[in-house]
Amino acid sequence: MTTPEIAQPRSSSRARSLKGGGRNRSGQTNFELYSWLFMRLSGLALVVLVLGHLFVNLMLGGGITALDFGFVAGKWANPLWQVWDLLMLWLAMLHGTNGLRTIINDYAEKDQTRFWLKSLLITASIVIVVLGTLVIFTFDPCLDPSSTLSVCK
Amino acid sequence: MDVKVKILRYNPEVVDEAEWKTYSVTLQPTDRVLDALHKIKWEQDGTLTFRRSCGHGVCGSDAMRINGRNRLACKTLIKDLNPEKEITVEPIKGLPVLKDLVVDMEPFFDAYRSVMPFLVTSGHEPTRERIQSQADRDRFDDTTKCILCAACTTSCPVFWSDGQYFGPQAIVGAHRFIFDSRDEGTEQRLEILNDKEGVWRCRTTFNCTEACPRGIEVTKAIQEVKRALIFRRV
Repeated sequence: MTTPEIAQPRSSSRARSLKGGGRNRSGQTNFELYSWLFMRLSGLALVVLVLGHLFVNLMLGGGITALDFGFVAGKWANPLWQVWDLLMLWLAMLHGTNGLRTIINDYAEKDQTRFWLKSLLITASIVIVVLGTLVIFTFDPCLDPSSTLSVCK
Repeated sequence: MDVKVKILRYNPEVVDEAEWKTYSVTLQPTDRVLDALHKIKWEQDGTLTFRRSCGHGVCGSDAMRINGRNRLACKTLIKDLNPEKEITVEPIKGLPVLKDLVVDMEPFFDAYRSVMPFLVTSGHEPTRERIQSQADRDRFDDTTKCILCAACTTSCPVFWSDGQYFGPQAIVGAHRFIFDSRDEGTEQRLEILNDKEGVWRCRTTFNCTEACPRGIEVTKAIQEVKRALIFRRV
């Protein structure tokens, strides 16, 4: 039998004594409050956005069989779907990133580990959000001059 | 009846590692786990160390992990634990173990102290008692029941991995004053719990509510503090 896995409190008892000691009050912000609130609100919005997205893509019209390059090209010709997809991309990415951030805070015990995991997370999120936004707005279905799509004629 | 009690023993002056020891004791089904521990200590092994004071569920000294759940040894009857099998007893998790079932409660009390668990008022002291309506008193009745046994805080997985988290008990302690109409320290307490390690770390796993030997709805209290923070209204 080994020592039971009992995590030591991260701070010594003195560091968290009465007047706040280890807890840095001066630099306190409402960040955690807003991030908590953002999770609830973006979650609600995403339910509508994602279900709407799935319904339009998979059930309306020709259903899943009509889903191809041309379908996406036609959709993104409409500003409504550009905004819809943009919102979905940003909210889903921020929601997921924030969720992973809290998971890292909960489970990574060393400061170093937390720092590197969060750096990786933020870098990955920024790359995906920027790339996705770029695609939504600069998407040109007729890039290929020999395209046979109806929108290109 | 004969019951086997398996206790996680730890004495840093002898060995660095904690180890399980099984004791066989004769008990009544209506005996408590505390009686079993007493019998072991008094009749078999005097080195067994644990805290207990009142022995009747009020002082909050003997919270321990019994069959994997945080309970008070003095409020847990043998017959409610499936005595056919071994009963396991461990110290509560997340606080440094000093010896056997005794943990260092100081980090826990520090978190409690930092939410200012005392009446904060301004102006002249009234010559009579501070009057409060029954409805105002009922608002925080649930959280006045806390006995500081640490069963909730040490059942919280966030506290296990991050000892900096205030923990459910400190939030319950703050709730008792935040929602007290006679108290004027609400803003300060809310600000303290708005901390990175405050109420926002709660993942609503309800472990605390399940562990509380006094039946306090701990998770609900935490959620009420979150709501008060968002709407800045108590």
